[in-house]
Amino acid sequence: MNSNNTHITDVLIIGAGLAGERVAIEVANHGLKSIILSLIPPRRSHSTAAQGGMQAALGNCAMGQGDSPDIHFQDTVKGSDWGCDQEVARLFCDTAPSAVRQMSHWGVPWNRVVAGKKRLSTGQVVNDDPEYDGLISARDFGGTAKWRTCFTADGTGHTLQYTMDSLVIKLGITMHDRMEAVRLIHDGDHCMGAIVRCLRTGELHTYLAKSTVLATGGYGRLYGASTNAIINEGSGMSLALETGIVPLGNMEAVQFHPTGMVPVWILITEGARGDGGYLLDKNRHRFMPDYEPGKKELASRDVVARRMMQHIRQGYGVDSAYGQHLWLDIRHLGEKHINTNLREIANICRSFAGIDPAKDLIPVRPTQHYSMGGVRTNIDGAAYGLKGLFACGEAACWDLHGFNRLGGNSLAETIVAGLIIGKKIAEYTSGAAQKYTYQIIKDHHANIDQKIKDLISGKDGQENVYALRDQMEQNLMEYVGIFRTAAELQKAVDNLKDIYYRSLKIGLRSDGSGANPELSFALRFPGMVRLALCIAYGALERTESRGSHYREDYPRRDDQNWLNRTLAYWPAGADLPELKYEPVKITEIQPDDRGYGEASVRS
Amino acid sequence: MSNRTLTFNIFRFDPYRPEVAPYMQSFSVEELDGMTVFVALNKIRETEDTAIKFDFVCRASICGSCAMLINGRPQLACKTLTRNLPKKITLMPLPVFKLIGDLSVDTGAWFRHLSLKTKSWIHTDKAFDPQVLEERMDNQTALDIYEAERCIECGCCIASCATANIMEDFWGAAGINRVARFMIDPRDGRSGKEYFEVIGSEQGAFGCMGLMACDDLCPMELPLQMQLAFVRRKMLGLGFKV
Ligand SMILES: Cc1cc2nc3c(=O)[nH]c(=O)nc-3n(C[C@H](O)[C@H](O)[C@H](O)COP(=O)(O)OP(=O)(O)OC[C@H]3O[C@@H](n4cnc5c(N)ncnc54)[C@H](O)[C@@H]3O)c2cc1C
Ligand code: SF4
Ligand code: SF4
Ligand code: FES
Repeated sequence: MNSNNTHITDVLIIGAGLAGERVAIEVANHGLKSIILSLIPPRRSHSTAAQGGMQAALGNCAMGQGDSPDIHFQDTVKGSDWGCDQEVARLFCDTAPSAVRQMSHWGVPWNRVVAGKKRLSTGQVVNDDPEYDGLISARDFGGTAKWRTCFTADGTGHTLQYTMDSLVIKLGITMHDRMEAVRLIHDGDHCMGAIVRCLRTGELHTYLAKSTVLATGGYGRLYGASTNAIINEGSGMSLALETGIVPLGNMEAVQFHPTGMVPVWILITEGARGDGGYLLDKNRHRFMPDYEPGKKELASRDVVARRMMQHIRQGYGVDSAYGQHLWLDIRHLGEKHINTNLREIANICRSFAGIDPAKDLIPVRPTQHYSMGGVRTNIDGAAYGLKGLFACGEAACWDLHGFNRLGGNSLAETIVAGLIIGKKIAEYTSGAAQKYTYQIIKDHHANIDQKIKDLISGKDGQENVYALRDQMEQNLMEYVGIFRTAAELQKAVDNLKDIYYRSLKIGLRSDGSGANPELSFALRFPGMVRLALCIAYGALERTESRGSHYREDYPRRDDQNWLNRTLAYWPAGADLPELKYEPVKITEIQPDDRGYGEASVRS
Repeated sequence: MSNRTLTFNIFRFDPYRPEVAPYMQSFSVEELDGMTVFVALNKIRETEDTAIKFDFVCRASICGSCAMLINGRPQLACKTLTRNLPKKITLMPLPVFKLIGDLSVDTGAWFRHLSLKTKSWIHTDKAFDPQVLEERMDNQTALDIYEAERCIECGCCIASCATANIMEDFWGAAGINRVARFMIDPRDGRSGKEYFEVIGSEQGAFGCMGLMACDDLCPMELPLQMQLAFVRRKMLGLGFKV
């Protein structure tokens, strides 16, 4: 251990996406010092990739008239299939409007209401009232009763992140990028900071703080096909789980998007189907009307995704070097429409698959998109189990989303939760003391140091981390995807257990010196398999269908037995998580029909 | 589609191990349909040399991480299809920026420094009041701000800029565009004089030779030439000579 590599601060924030930076601003406004860590320069965080927008019930645009936090709340609870914490959802919906306005004050160029009549793509004519001219506008998003999704053209996440980061720079908040937290320092009672590996030099650093915040984003990249950035490997959740004391909530709740484009899984937005695109199989047959004669391609996200997988499983998928897929056909919409109204999609097709959607079919398949689960916290963002540890954003299970997140609610969550939880962290930290002992730091440091040495020497074995990753991805894609059955989930659990044991025997191909990328991945990987096991085992045990968790053998929601939240713990030396359950807080609306689902199964 | 065998010649150097001189290493890759340089590089790392360094985050031309010289031209590796390249492909790290290793450069630190130097945040004396409606803005103004804010800090314009290659601290087109973004924002209260202090130096608008190498290399197709002209005009209009 090198004392030059020790950093002491009030609040250690792991993650520089929207959630982490919003927390940092809040604690700075309370006069506290903080250090933000990030794998990459902050403005490259995955938050910048969100293009659609964020929800807040401003009710300024014509199609948003009459909106209120109450309606936003109802949409959120319904969307979650009654799995969310209603107290959290209420706080969130009430705070979202002022959080959006604050982002405007700080510099986000939100699109604004333009007064006057206009014709929507549906043919409907609306009239924006001059009274609202120049206020923040909103667009339509799936699952919302009103137009509520505030946006900046096609770059909402980008402008939010750039604005947030401009404030971080202005306030002089310390940012250490290309730094990866690899272990939390704790004594079983308090969290004291983290052991961090520098991704420039490979050196280990020690960060000590009165409070530590996990704002590390989602775990999409556990799946072989994910719309997420390639750094979204759930590392914050792994760090928490590894303590053995902090549980993860609802890890089996994984959202899929119907149309990720093969081979790099970039998201093709709903717009393509909204404007009349078809889904075709290997025989060029349009199959959605067979399953969903009413809504066809326009059924809800989870339904379309499930039907697509069902069709692939019946042998109608198209073979490719990147696995089976289906086709999205928008050719009949015409060159003009495609190159104007669907320009963004056309650009993605040209740049990343080399195809012209006016002439060619687009290869697509359902793709992992959002992780509802994460580090379980209370309404103040405090993680269960360890004092001084907090979590926020996609890494957390604050539990706004329950078993299904509404599009546009996750960006909003990052800034609303960042604000609310940031305040709570400031309160906690102001009354807390630095609480570490030299011995504890040394033990945690030695643990990582030894792991690195063993990976380099190959002392534990010669397993290839990339080959193991392929197997993990495959098991999750095949058996813990959209359709779930006891037999397949059991298979996944068995296989993942085997992969887990093998992940403890990884040996490097390279010499592992400096900021070696293979070493970085090998250090992270066993934690990723633990997360995969939490997902698979949680899904196996939950014998009902709720939101995105769909069990073919238990197709109905079962409020009698399963109106609860899964908590996954990882006891030391275990090869499976220990699952506990806690009740879901219902304060305002009792469980009811969600109002959307398959044509055939509706409870 | 033609199944070519591609040869990648890749720059290798670890500045933390200066005893090993920089060298070029070549790898063969079987081309697949729809293959990008992102796909090919990961394949090389996973099957040939697990130590090779490069940066990708979004793999969708959104985050700006992956710019490199591909056959001499600065561009985003995630957005470059191999089928638009010849069989032999040379990859070099971007010049100007600090080398982290192999193809990885520190564009992040460079742009952070730029934001600090150009004070890239809204300057206002107004405090935020959560009880009050947002200030109104004309939608076109919002779109114009967004147009300049679309820069993803990839560094392609900087790497291709003759001035930036010889003058340390020159902000390049990305920097001038950044200043333009705040100049057109009605929420920013800086005066023309304050802006001139920021931009009216060798590092800012004076250093630019106007050769426009930057303009057609921007992967976001930002109108850099227009922004350079806008900032100049604005300064002239205020009586400052640029
Ligand atoms: C393609 C796509 C489109 C989307 N569109 C929308 C949309 O339109 N609307 C919406 O509401 N939501 C959308 N989402 C979801 C939304 O973007 C994310 O949920 C949200 O941005 C997550 O923000 P975050 O701050 O929690 O995490 P991120 O932005 O993912 O940030 C995580 C940060 O943690 C850091 N980090 C991670 N691990 C470590 C470690 N071990 N040590 C140090 N640092 C670490 C990373 O460097 C990064 O800075 C979309 C998601 C995808 C994939
Ligand atoms: S026009 Fe100016 S900024 Fe652009 S490349 Fe030339 S000198 Fe650089
Ligand atoms: S202006 Fe364009 S080329 Fe330059 S850094 Fe920004 S996005 Fe990249
Ligand atoms: S990886 Fe994000 S721009 Fe290429």
